[in-house]
Amino acid sequence: MVDEGVTMTKYTWRTAILESGMILGTLVFCMPFYILVTTALKKPNDPGGPLALPSPPTLANFPDAWVRGELGSAILNSVIVTVISVTLIVILSALASYPLARVTRAWSRLTYILIAGGLILPFQLAMLPLYQTMRDLSLLGTPWSLVLFYVGTQMPFSVILYTGFLREIPVVYEEAASIDGANQLGTFVRVLFPMLRPVTGTVIILNVVTVWNDFLTPLLYLYGSNQETIPVALFQFVGQYVSEWNVVFAGLIITILPILILYFLMQKTVIKGFSGGLKG
Amino acid sequence: MLTETPLESPQEAPALSRRDRRKRARLAGSRGSALSRRRGSWIFVLPALAVYLFVVVWPSLRGAALSFTNWNGIQPVVEFVGLDNFSRAMDDPRMWQALGNTILIAAVVTVVQTTLGLLFALGANSLIKSRNVIRVIMFAPVVITPVATGFLFKNILGSNGALNSILENVGLESWTQEWLGDSDLALWMVCMVIVWQYTGIAMVIFLANLQGVPTEQLEAAAMDGAGPIRRFWSITRPHLAPAFAITIMLAIVGSLKQFDQVWVMTGGGPNGATETMSTLLYRVAFQYGQMSYGLAIAVVLTLVVLVFAILQNRAVSWSTRESR
Repeated sequence: MVDEGVTMTKYTWRTAILESGMILGTLVFCMPFYILVTTALKKPNDPGGPLALPSPPTLANFPDAWVRGELGSAILNSVIVTVISVTLIVILSALASYPLARVTRAWSRLTYILIAGGLILPFQLAMLPLYQTMRDLSLLGTPWSLVLFYVGTQMPFSVILYTGFLREIPVVYEEAASIDGANQLGTFVRVLFPMLRPVTGTVIILNVVTVWNDFLTPLLYLYGSNQETIPVALFQFVGQYVSEWNVVFAGLIITILPILILYFLMQKTVIKGFSGGLKG
Repeated sequence: MLTETPLESPQEAPALSRRDRRKRARLAGSRGSALSRRRGSWIFVLPALAVYLFVVVWPSLRGAALSFTNWNGIQPVVEFVGLDNFSRAMDDPRMWQALGNTILIAAVVTVVQTTLGLLFALGANSLIKSRNVIRVIMFAPVVITPVATGFLFKNILGSNGALNSILENVGLESWTQEWLGDSDLALWMVCMVIVWQYTGIAMVIFLANLQGVPTEQLEAAAMDGAGPIRRFWSITRPHLAPAFAITIMLAIVGSLKQFDQVWVMTGGGPNGATETMSTLLYRVAFQYGQMSYGLAIAVVLTLVVLVFAILQNRAVSWSTRESR
């Protein structure tokens, strides 16, 4: 009776081989992280090659990168843009999805198709005219240009997620609330929005990662201003100090640390958000 | 696929509510009743729609229209020039090179990322003890800023980088080189970096879908003597159809728009060997200031994305029909 069915319920030598293979694959995959950390801990005159451990390790590169790259203000800018954008995205897309999921009239269906269609459309087409508009409105160099941009471009995805989820919720809840005399907005805020919590989590996570990491748009809107978000600040900083890889790598670590910590703290939710949310 | 699914299924509930609403609205009569106020529900869509129209729809339409003009982004007066910008694009070897590179990146990344993601998902969906750690680590690059990834690999693939150091250590000194400086190799290196960053997404999507595969069926098939490959093909694979559709769609659309990692690692070089449609567009519009020509390139990119999205959609509906 020793056949393969057993491998699915018991840890056998086959499982052990699989486990070693997987660990080996993951280690190869982790090499860049090893290089990143060890390089950031090395002095510029470190005798070893890129694979060697730092001898002796130093933390001096971190304050150096922090000061020269003005990373503190970049992180602050990124936090401001991300928090404001994602808050607005959640509020506007959740509100919009309410009638889009409930009303079956033509205007509702057409609006849904119009917004959902934006998911495929590359924003490159809108990029140049929008740049001109932002310039004419004197929004370039301010975080508001980015907030406006993200709220618009992230709308399709967020509306699809909310609408899909809302359609699965029976109408009886809001009917009951409206019989109790609550108005539409009250019904939505107090009854439905709390029920949307799982999908709100997904919308927040996916949008935070997108907005926090976005490069091209802030490069266009903020480059050279003192409002630069992390990816742009990093780009400018590395451009200046590209020969000093130890400092550069310390800067990379500082800037990816906030989102990486957030990820490790909430890894279950994040992974669920990506794997489930992207089904939409 | 991505846009259609939410539209199809749950129509019953809203339909009911609509009939209900009308009836009750008639009964209630007055404007003050809670249900008749539902009539104004379009106000809920208005803020979202307004921003969306302002940021996406209107500029896209303007962009498409202005690609037939000599718009330079500064003067408001434009002249209609017909297909000039497009015929210029058709005669521009840089455009063809960028288009070829973009499609190659999309193809390579999609195939490799889907395969690797599936393999890691299958491996992690077993009894191995390290499966949770492996999942968390494999997914970590997904949340990292692509600009940081680009710089990290720019160093690793450089002449004094870790890759050359590894090759020296295993006695392959003759292979060492400037990996991003070689026009035959650079594009493959770019693909590798993108795969490294995003394989985690494919993996977690496959993993989520693997939860739906009935274990009893797999065990029964194993009892009947079906090998692992046979079991995967006949039992597991049909359950993964939606996962394939999503990962492939994400990989294709994402890599067709590729900008960040390329711009940071190579800037499109050497000699345009890694130029993508997005980097070319950026260069033409913001470094050469040729706005209307940039728009023509953007229109071509949009058409390519739409064609691939439609093809992929067709392929998915065809394959789901086949497997039924």
